[in-house]
Amino acid sequence: MTATKGLRSWLTTTDHKRIGLLYFWTAFAFFLIGGVEALIIRAQLARPGNTVVSAETFNQLFTMHGTTMVFLALMPLSAAFFNYIVPLQIGARDVAFPRLNAFSYWVFLLGGLFLNASWLLPNHPAPDAGWFGYANLTSREFSPGPNIDFWLLGLQILGVASLAAGFNFIVTILNLRAPGMKMMRLPVFSWMTLVTSFLIITAFPVITVALVLLMFDRFFGTHFYLPSAGGDPVLWQHLFWIFGHPEVYILILPAMGIISEVLPTFARKPLFGYTVVVYSGVLIGFMGWGVWSHHMFSVGLGPIADSVFSATTMLIAVPTGVKIFNWLATLWGGQIRATSALHFAVGFIALFTIGGLSGVMHASPPADLQQTDTYFVVAHIHYVLFGGTVFGLFAGMYYWWPKMTGRLLGEGLGKLHFWLMFVGMNLAFFPMHFIGLLGMPRRIYTYAPELGVAKLNLVSTVGAFLIGVSITVFLVNVWRTRTRGKVAGNDPWGGATLEWTIPSPPPPHNFDVIPTVASRLPRWSMTQLKAIPEGAELGTPHAPAGSWWPLVAAAGLPVLALAPLTHTLWVAFLGAAILIVGIYRWAFEPFEA
Amino acid sequence: MPESHAGEHAHPTAGVYLRVAAVLVILTVIEVGVFYVPAFHPVLVPTLLFLSALKFTLVVMFYMHLKMDSRFFTFLFGGPLLLALVMTMGLMFLFGAFALKK
Amino acid sequence: MERTSLGLDNRKMAFWAFIGSECLLFASLISTYLIYKGRSVVGPYPHDILNIPFTSISTFDLLMSSLMMVLALAAVQRGDLRWAKVWLFLTALLGTFFLAGQVYEFTSFVHEGLTLQRNLFGATFFVLTGTHGAHVTVGVMWLLTLWWRALRGKLGTGNALTVEICGLYWHFVDVVWIVIFTVVYLIQ
Repeated sequence: MTATKGLRSWLTTTDHKRIGLLYFWTAFAFFLIGGVEALIIRAQLARPGNTVVSAETFNQLFTMHGTTMVFLALMPLSAAFFNYIVPLQIGARDVAFPRLNAFSYWVFLLGGLFLNASWLLPNHPAPDAGWFGYANLTSREFSPGPNIDFWLLGLQILGVASLAAGFNFIVTILNLRAPGMKMMRLPVFSWMTLVTSFLIITAFPVITVALVLLMFDRFFGTHFYLPSAGGDPVLWQHLFWIFGHPEVYILILPAMGIISEVLPTFARKPLFGYTVVVYSGVLIGFMGWGVWSHHMFSVGLGPIADSVFSATTMLIAVPTGVKIFNWLATLWGGQIRATSALHFAVGFIALFTIGGLSGVMHASPPADLQQTDTYFVVAHIHYVLFGGTVFGLFAGMYYWWPKMTGRLLGEGLGKLHFWLMFVGMNLAFFPMHFIGLLGMPRRIYTYAPELGVAKLNLVSTVGAFLIGVSITVFLVNVWRTRTRGKVAGNDPWGGATLEWTIPSPPPPHNFDVIPTVASRLPRWSMTQLKAIPEGAELGTPHAPAGSWWPLVAAAGLPVLALAPLTHTLWVAFLGAAILIVGIYRWAFEPFEA
Repeated sequence: MPESHAGEHAHPTAGVYLRVAAVLVILTVIEVGVFYVPAFHPVLVPTLLFLSALKFTLVVMFYMHLKMDSRFFTFLFGGPLLLALVMTMGLMFLFGAFALKK
Repeated sequence: MERTSLGLDNRKMAFWAFIGSECLLFASLISTYLIYKGRSVVGPYPHDILNIPFTSISTFDLLMSSLMMVLALAAVQRGDLRWAKVWLFLTALLGTFFLAGQVYEFTSFVHEGLTLQRNLFGATFFVLTGTHGAHVTVGVMWLLTLWWRALRGKLGTGNALTVEICGLYWHFVDVVWIVIFTVVYLIQ
């Protein structure tokens, strides 16, 4: 009998819902850490010649802010929803490989702790060469301390977590659907999870190689990125961005999936052009592989390369734009209920569009030569990743909170959160378009008053702190909801998809009886949901068993990573041993999913 | 609809495996031969690429059973493989491998 | 096999996805090798040091090990524990010979002056073939584990899928070597 309460039950859980919650809280904590890093950055930049932090600390702050937000906050927050919601949407009892799922979470947690441990050492040697770590600033010569080692080792650990999750969700979505749940009946969020998973399993190996080559340069004296031996720092850029561009689609597609669920529910209208939205998502996935050097227009790749990547980048705006029109058409003529979730979804559309427009501006190499490496790019990034992904994730939080916790987040506080965040975000990031065009580069810890961007920077800082206030409002909402939130039944919103057919929160086995699906919108369709399929056995299926081995195996990775960091070989053997023992015990454990 | 399992169980016999092995050996011998015989050097690269692609295909189709298995596995492997090839070509181009003048 | 939406086994599907992912891993390493070919500032260069006859034997060894693997799978599928043990052991043995050959090759290269640090050829060669060798090592461990299970009589027809998946891994590692042999050794 599996324990259901207490620490042990959480450490050994293989239940996708619990793992989803673990991902959520861990990722949200990292989101707060990344947010604090941002606030310190903004405090430093509020005035010219400011002295809140030193230049070196500033470098660490923007590096860790970017790395944390991308790898420890946004991706795992999306993963929280992949975990909790996808099996429910497809009518499954769990993911295809529940222990592998747990393993992904533990590796993520340990990798995130490993990366952030750098803050805690004497002199806090946190990574400081930007979230994209360009060579050869990252070489041992120019970055002698352990900062970059934490970065490259931490990211390799995290890569394992993402890859494992990618394989898990591909098989889950393709193979564990309820009877009748054809691919073109799959909720858009599950579709986007599938595309994202394919992007993960193809893109992460490339950054793994880039990091391994860097690791060899730094630890074993190779010259992969060192010009003196014939190496080329541009190789790093290519390998990084071949990963990096699909990565931004990994960051945005889940949020696009979320709002494709939220908008129809609160317009009481099916998603306009479901097929087109799905195909656009798939197309974005493919095309995302062909645009990477638009991050490198100032490197001097030559006119052919620049033109090709410029064209592909402009083209990818098409499927993206198509989705925007479909979302708008979903709302048009709908019976709108202006819930907090809907506010965030509509906010997504507006803000992501603005971010997309600055993105298209970057697609022109001549224009980009002025914009690149300035705050104009920072504006673009934050409109798409904050206005886009973060707003989308909050829409998902307000939408699925009742399902995950059994209680509804307060609408009053929710709307306050939205408006503070919306105003704050625009105050913080819109001025950056101008700050950048006026000539302020990225990644500088201070600027001269003569540049004429002081007032705009101050406005931006105010906006950033306003965002911080809005997050506090959200946290207050979360806290109050624990005891005073309205209790949610199965379906507080009148949703169309399968997750709303079961209790909130669902029992461990999700569905008493796996439904047979006859429509894309099972709960809105008259022809749907036979009461009990013939021949189905009733009675509660067993709860998934727990296992220690995912956690044990996961623990081997940071130990392994400690070896180069501490220059001790035996630690590597210890880490490998823990990993191998964990894997063998896992493989031979009798386990019924 | 779950597809029938009959296709997956149509295993080649040991004879087929042995013949594939023999072909693989012969192809390898030819490859090494092409390397050593100077007459082939003008067409060395395309010939070797072709021969190794042939070996690759034989192992994947027969030893990894892809020919007899569901076409979905071919897609699952072929997609990333194609991506890998395009990426390699792209990188080689970007680093001047196909330039007319270096 | 329990019912699945596509009628395909979960583990087999996951493994083909994994192999697809590994294509990107090795392609990145091979791309790095190709990009840096001819850019070493000092020798030894490939033509100085690569030993085609020796490597041809390694290649032949790995190809034969794939044959052994496929015969091992066939044996397990027909419930022939005795031959399963034989073929699994031989596959692992040939894999070990390959690794021994790699160790010999690497050490002799180092003696001739080619190290990781020496030049780009050393760096790209050792990281690419070393990664491949690490994969072979994992494969040998996997094979020996299966062989050990067979020795204890625990490798019946019900375990055929595990052996099949080990086979997929092993053949993939062989196929990567086919590419490396051509691209690194033969096309100089």
